[in-house]
Amino acid sequence: MTASELGPSGSADGGSPLRAPIETVEAHIVEVISDSGEGAQKCAQAFATVSAKTGNGVWTVEIIPAEIQPPARSIAGASGNRIRIGSHDVTNGGDAADLILAFNDQVLLGRVRAGELRPGCIVLLESKWKDDSDPDVAKQYNDAIEYLTREGYRVYEIPIEAECLKYVANPKRGRNMFALGILNSVYGQDTELSCDHIRYTFAKKGDDVVDGNIELLEAGYRWARDNLDIRFCVPPSSTRERQIVVNGNTALGLGIMASGMEVCSMYPITPATSASHYLSDVFRKAGGTVHQAEDEIAACCFAIGASYAGKCAVTITSGPGYSLKQEALGLAVMAEIPLVVVNVQRGGPSTGQPTKVEQGDLLTAVFGSHGDAPKIVMAAASIEDCFYAMITARKLAELYRTPVIVLTDANLATAQQPIPRPEFRAEWAAPPFDQSPVGDDSAPYDWDPKTGLSDRFLPGRPSGMHTLTGLAHDRHSRVAYDPEINHEGLRRRSLKLATFQKALQTPRVHGDREGDLLVVGWGSTKGAIEEAVDRLRSEGCSVSSLHLKFLQPMASGLGEILRRFTRVMTVEISWCDDLQEEMIDEDNRRYSNLAWLLRGRYLVDVDCWSEVKGQPIKPGSIARAVRARLDDLHSPNSRVG
Amino acid sequence: MLGFPNQCSLVANGERYAVADYESGVPRWCSGCGDHGILGAFQRLCRDEQLPPEKTVFVSGIGCSSRFPHYMRTYGFHGLHGRALPVAEGIKLRRPDLHVFVNTGDGDCCSIGTAHWIHAIRYNMDMTVVMHDNQIYGLTKMQMSPTTPKGLKSNTSPRGAYLDALNPLTTTLGVSNVSFVAQAVDWIPSLFQEILSQAFHHKGFSFIRVLQRCPNYLPTLFDSMMHEPSRTLILWHEQGLARDPELARVYDRQIEHDPSDIARARELASDLEVAPVGILYRNEQVPCYEDVRRSDQLQTPEMIEAALNEEFDNFTVEPVRQAETAEGE
Repeated sequence: MTASELGPSGSADGGSPLRAPIETVEAHIVEVISDSGEGAQKCAQAFATVSAKTGNGVWTVEIIPAEIQPPARSIAGASGNRIRIGSHDVTNGGDAADLILAFNDQVLLGRVRAGELRPGCIVLLESKWKDDSDPDVAKQYNDAIEYLTREGYRVYEIPIEAECLKYVANPKRGRNMFALGILNSVYGQDTELSCDHIRYTFAKKGDDVVDGNIELLEAGYRWARDNLDIRFCVPPSSTRERQIVVNGNTALGLGIMASGMEVCSMYPITPATSASHYLSDVFRKAGGTVHQAEDEIAACCFAIGASYAGKCAVTITSGPGYSLKQEALGLAVMAEIPLVVVNVQRGGPSTGQPTKVEQGDLLTAVFGSHGDAPKIVMAAASIEDCFYAMITARKLAELYRTPVIVLTDANLATAQQPIPRPEFRAEWAAPPFDQSPVGDDSAPYDWDPKTGLSDRFLPGRPSGMHTLTGLAHDRHSRVAYDPEINHEGLRRRSLKLATFQKALQTPRVHGDREGDLLVVGWGSTKGAIEEAVDRLRSEGCSVSSLHLKFLQPMASGLGEILRRFTRVMTVEISWCDDLQEEMIDEDNRRYSNLAWLLRGRYLVDVDCWSEVKGQPIKPGSIARAVRARLDDLHSPNSRVG
Repeated sequence: MLGFPNQCSLVANGERYAVADYESGVPRWCSGCGDHGILGAFQRLCRDEQLPPEKTVFVSGIGCSSRFPHYMRTYGFHGLHGRALPVAEGIKLRRPDLHVFVNTGDGDCCSIGTAHWIHAIRYNMDMTVVMHDNQIYGLTKMQMSPTTPKGLKSNTSPRGAYLDALNPLTTTLGVSNVSFVAQAVDWIPSLFQEILSQAFHHKGFSFIRVLQRCPNYLPTLFDSMMHEPSRTLILWHEQGLARDPELARVYDRQIEHDPSDIARARELASDLEVAPVGILYRNEQVPCYEDVRRSDQLQTPEMIEAALNEEFDNFTVEPVRQAETAEGE
């Protein structure tokens, strides 16, 4: 059944449909929230998929409480998704919601207090609490309605459960599908696309479940059509190519398959684990194995062993697990064993905010381990990057015989976005490894004097026998007792990064190539930074941005770019001290991760702004911070101007 | 003794591998160290089994005994303190065609690497692991280890070790999926050689604890055992070591022990006065992790492409026309 079939005359209960005018908008931010386990996420994901199918740009952000089952109806317990849909590519979750559908008043208030709703936001709220047998609950609900109305929100009370009970006996079941029907109606979407999604999602649960959900979906659609006076149309973008809708962790898993890596070893840690969940399900089809090790150290050492004896392997973790792997990373650097390490960053230090985003591990990635441990560090800036980064990282690890650290974060891990469907190319995958005899005059570390590069011998190659060691060693992998040999090893390993750096292209500046202010970022903040810069530029500000994929080494030409701007600042989700604080001054200020790196390398007075609240940084917040820098620059008292 | 090769046994020129073909460098262990004897036994094992050196990998951690791979002319991996086992597991999972051996010490295995040891037993991957147990840290100069006897003075226990020693045999025998446990002593090399051979032929994780003398720090630790043959109990069985009448003239305490009897094995292993030497436990029926887990197909680009496309299909959104659904009126 399509929406048009349901049509104005298709109303099940014979009620007269409201002929609400359709308001066309270029983008909308929708949130669906409930208590944990009530299915808001399933509803939101379906809505996002349908939006992508109808040609909208989409970005979803998970809203998750810290605990698996927080108390019901609690302000901190909101679980669900934000879905931003647009007529153009959507690269981040945006600022404040335009419409929110909530299953109870308390999780809704949580979002209001967090400042996540725009003034006048449309609120669709389950109304069953109004007459709850518990007078406290009823009072909370009525107080909330009064407060929301007073604050100017457009509140619609919807008897979701009461309507669902017309179709199902268990009111806990299927409310989310009724909600999906409401959204389909409000956004003029074809319910048949939602039905397809339901059939796919619930295929394993059988026809009864599928049919029941579809019935509720259609009921929701009809109810909204007949009772709500809000209708929006977000016109589709012009993109007509085939796309896949995945989150960053799934993209990592797909990228690992595409790269031809055969072993992924891991230890469970949030928010990295869902990548391994996905891979555990499908890796076998591509000839791979996921090994759940006894701990993070073992996971890294297992990957090192697999890499040593075969194709490059990968280990996936998050901050605390990444810390535990440091000693093993030093071994991989010293013995020149290819290895891909993914760090899906979360809030730290320590257990910190395990489910929330932070970009605090950049310096750890660049300088971590012990001694001089040069390694390649790169960061994914989008869902698509998560996929392709795995292919690139595998190749770099093997070519440069070094660990490659790939940084993503909790934002990318759970965010969903449609991306062009990749077309597999055979050169993505690792070639079969060489098992032919080794030449008489070759050595396991036959370092090229100019580049530091050498070919490794895998076990199984006749005449190539040697003992790989974490001790300082010569080109034959013999333990170095001569001080010159240690020096040579350090030099060769360092040279490899310089060699790789020569192959890097200077990243493109977003906006003008020179101006008042340059914003530099890395990782998942790219979409929000560029959106903020675009807004400021449309206001006439002289602002550009630069986003770095390779953090170590950094491409040539960056210093030159930085110097073409009057001021440079980074925007990162990693802590920096605020000069406004009484105790903070230029002598003791601690900068965000990337700002430290840029200041150190380029001798440019790089400023920084950060917000470390466990949330993706919003474009509006970035724009405000940048505007403040610009105001300062243009004020008569500016230290620069 | 000449072994019977189980695969490609001939060197290119048609000769068989000799012990010298497995030797590399001059071991830098102290004179009189038990490691020398263990090294010789491994080289003879390789010779007896005619293991192609390029198909053989010795993996170790850190410590005196972990220098072992440097002295074998095979592939070797001298890695991190305590982490030999996960490295060896990664190798074996990816390359079941390689013969994997692990040399580890009492500190490496029973202290810093304990988690890996316990789980390696449970994974039961096909490899032979020798724990060189001299009951002291040697490389870092005489600190107590988990197997140091209570009361023994060391640099970190100047008034004597505070705790009862950890028993590596009962610990190993207590873990699910245990499949081969043996004990040897470095002063009866013929038994160690035979145990090593049986461990090598066992399909699964073969764990041998070798009581081994440290002439530098604990030169007299095992004197009483060596001088009182009654403190050694030799285990024989048709499924274990053969009865050796020569040896029986010195070591008169010999019993028949069925290696499939785990309860009896645990009992024997618990005896702190009399050291059992021989094969305590063997179970050929425990599945190997690499057989359970490894993908049975050889990876090809076609296979990757097919898998990816199948997955992409699940996530694909085909653009549809919007106009019909907008109910524009």
